[in-house]
Amino acid sequence: MSDKVTISIKRSDPSKGEAPHFVDYEVPTQEGMVVLDAVHYIENNIDPTLSVRWNCKAARCGSCSAEVNGLPRLMCKTRVDKMGSKISIEPMRAYPVVKDLVTNVSHNWEIAKRIPPFTPKPNLPKPWKIAAIDITRSKEFRTCIECFLCQDVCHVIREHESNYLGPKHMVKVAALDMHPLDSIDRSGFLHTEGGVGFCNITKCCQNICPEGIHITDNAIIPEKERVVNEFYDPIGILIHRRKKK
Amino acid sequence: MLIIGAGGAGLRAAVEGLKQGVKVLIVTKSLLGKAHTVMAEGGIAAALGNVDKEDNWKVHFVDTYVEGVYLGDWRFSEKLAKDAPERVLELEEYGALFDRNADGKILQRAFGAHTYRRLCHVGDKTGLELIRTLQDKVIHSDASFLEEIMITKIVTDGGRVKGAIGLDLKTGEFYSISAKGIIIASGGLGRIYKVTSNSWESTGDGLTLAFEAGAELMDLEMVQFHPTGMIWPPAIRGLLVTEGVRGDGGLLYNTKGERFMLRYSPQKKELDARDVVARSIYREIMEGRGTEHGGVYLDISYKGAKFIHEKLPSMYMQYKEFSGVDITKEKMEVAPTTHYHMGGIKVDAETNQTVVSGLFAAGEAATGLHGANRLGGNSLADLLVFGKRTGEEAAKFAKNAKLTRIAGNEASAEVDRVLSFLQVKDPVNPYEVFEKLRETMSSNVGIWRNEDGLNKALAEIAELKKVAGNVGVSGSTKFNPGLVTALEVQGLLNIAEMLVTAARERKESRGAHYRQDYPELRKEWRKNIVFVRKQDGGFTMRFDPVPELPPELKALLSKEEQENV
Ligand SMILES: Cc1cc2nc3c(=O)[nH]c(=O)nc-3n(C[C@H](O)[C@H](O)[C@H](O)COP(=O)(O)OP(=O)(O)OC[C@H]3O[C@@H](n4cnc5c(N)ncnc54)[C@H](O)[C@@H]3O)c2cc1C
Ligand code: SF4
Ligand code: SF4
Ligand code: FES
Repeated sequence: MSDKVTISIKRSDPSKGEAPHFVDYEVPTQEGMVVLDAVHYIENNIDPTLSVRWNCKAARCGSCSAEVNGLPRLMCKTRVDKMGSKISIEPMRAYPVVKDLVTNVSHNWEIAKRIPPFTPKPNLPKPWKIAAIDITRSKEFRTCIECFLCQDVCHVIREHESNYLGPKHMVKVAALDMHPLDSIDRSGFLHTEGGVGFCNITKCCQNICPEGIHITDNAIIPEKERVVNEFYDPIGILIHRRKKK
Repeated sequence: MLIIGAGGAGLRAAVEGLKQGVKVLIVTKSLLGKAHTVMAEGGIAAALGNVDKEDNWKVHFVDTYVEGVYLGDWRFSEKLAKDAPERVLELEEYGALFDRNADGKILQRAFGAHTYRRLCHVGDKTGLELIRTLQDKVIHSDASFLEEIMITKIVTDGGRVKGAIGLDLKTGEFYSISAKGIIIASGGLGRIYKVTSNSWESTGDGLTLAFEAGAELMDLEMVQFHPTGMIWPPAIRGLLVTEGVRGDGGLLYNTKGERFMLRYSPQKKELDARDVVARSIYREIMEGRGTEHGGVYLDISYKGAKFIHEKLPSMYMQYKEFSGVDITKEKMEVAPTTHYHMGGIKVDAETNQTVVSGLFAAGEAATGLHGANRLGGNSLADLLVFGKRTGEEAAKFAKNAKLTRIAGNEASAEVDRVLSFLQVKDPVNPYEVFEKLRETMSSNVGIWRNEDGLNKALAEIAELKKVAGNVGVSGSTKFNPGLVTALEVQGLLNIAEMLVTAARERKESRGAHYRQDYPELRKEWRKNIVFVRKQDGGFTMRFDPVPELPPELKALLSKEEQENV
């Protein structure tokens, strides 16, 4: 590996009317360096005003999402030596830019607020008992670090033309629905407000999830099936209702 | 009421404040759900007795108190041990989904120096589950939250709080927030060290805010070094390797293939308290039995791939991605890393209020519970137990208090202070000062401390303080990481000075504080070092005796342990 790498960062400050433009920086490399290290090098040594969002530098918090060489990635989980000698970094495309690599993702809280929260079955004897096997399905979705990269790649979200929640929120709905002691049915919500019909199962989201969550296969498709059962198939409704009891 | 910090402590306090019917505003320096708590791995300690039936609050109390080497306040550890089970079950009712036992109850894993298997966990992502659960609760409530706001000052008047001033990183604008009660839940200060497991936010802001507002700080010298951090490649140095690895059977070896913990701690071995294991590893490395990168080996591979994928998925990912090591087949290389601050803001044991009326603190920012060493899993338990208690107390306080608005000139004075960093001629780079501070802390105030090193650190900090007056950055107030660092470093230099002063003062070895020149525990040092702000800025020190154990709790200790109190 060469001892230097060129990092090309798309910078802008929309509030000042500054248009997006790429700036190149030469950064010395170090063994095991990740893209976020390179950005920090620039911040500490070349331009301290370069804006980037990060927290854990351990691929745990989902703060440092960006497009690295056009691919939606966590900067702290992307090794520099795997990305070539010139690396481009751009902010996520699905969200408005705040400054440089930082985007405004607050819309996600508005969506989150609309998703019906965990509602346990009434009068469960305490402490709750749950078989180990029953938690496995929900558990997969609970590893979501809210990096919003799946939202970023989803063409439905990028086009901003539907009310579709997006894959990240489908994962949340699935986590709640598949909690063994949850008592409510979110398929009505998904069918109407959630706009789940807009997802055409391209699996782009699933392919890039840094947590390896099978977003489409394990969350979206089963949820879609439930919606179909509930809203289009009278026999389905019966089966579905019985299962919930 | 205003809550500074959206980690586990802040969010749990918010939930409680809402229950009490007060208006709650949470501010956080990062986005909601990203706080340091999200990284917590191993679990929450609570004596549910689901796996080991013998467990109960009394044993949890003794473990916490004794491993804190008699420096903690029993009133905190008693509450922690008694309340934790209820708080965990409540979190489950809020929606958290813990790993299960064969009988369907919450599964508990072994952890260092816990007598019984006690840690309720969600694989190695317990903090993530905790923060998501509480975050959901807050999102679906009437609480307001403001993200990416850095609070830079707490405004007081005649010994009580009026509110706080903060900078909105997203817009570069300032907020003046008037509040009847304020809870500081801003986490630790691990980033004061070069090698750390902590996230960027752990810069001890809350300690500075509280101290400047007139609150007292205590036990600052007590910094926990976690025995196992990653060391190679250099770019990821310090990243945590959860104690869960040892809890689930991980064994430590030196380069001679010797399982050295058998030598240092024949009883508890790899699962002795963190200070003991960290010092043992450090000694192996210092005496030449470490790897070329300066670490020792930790092996879990003998447990098999299936077990590791199920129990330690994050560890598997972490080594695979960052080091190219497959921990199901190979050994990990590890060395100690700065992890947790037992010291912090001194609060009343019944209310978590500071000496400033209306100012409260909870979580890692507060002190008094862990003494000289924190047990794994006791921090998350702390967040739930004292997050709740503090939320309740602050809400009660707020209900009976009157709101006094922050005056325009009070706000503008602080705005001017922050803006002044953008107007410095020939500014000193804040990162440079920060890096130097971190270096001196790591080399002189680490696992092994001595008079010379501590004096050296104090001298260097004094030098840095001189330069710090000229710290400045270019650009604007909007999402300017240089400005944020400049603000942080000002506070950290003062905290560091107090921390090192306390470390020099404490001429004994106790828990995480190890003095090569005073290697023994000394009973006469069973007191807390408290820092009080002087009117003109500096500080004075006070030595408070540790509160005496009531007879019924003292009776729970063994004969030898009783000798120490
Ligand atoms: C890798 C790792 C693993 C761990 N594993 C465990 C474990 O298994 N079990 C356990 O018990 N403990 C564990 N710990 C310790 C535990 O996670 C922390 O001590 C705990 O999460 C601290 O929580 P907190 O709520 O006090 O603060 P934090 O979670 O640190 O949150 C601090 C909050 O304050 C905000 N803030 C800070 N400064 C400002 C400011 N100036 N203005 C506005 N907001 C501000 C931040 O934005 C953040 O929201 C672990 C720690 C690490 C690093
Ligand atoms: S599978 Fe659905 S949610 Fe995922 S990217 Fe494709 S359209 Fe979007
Ligand atoms: S589902 Fe995966 S990609 Fe989407 S937000 Fe969660 S972790 Fe990120
Ligand atoms: S900084 Fe937390 S995921 Fe990258």
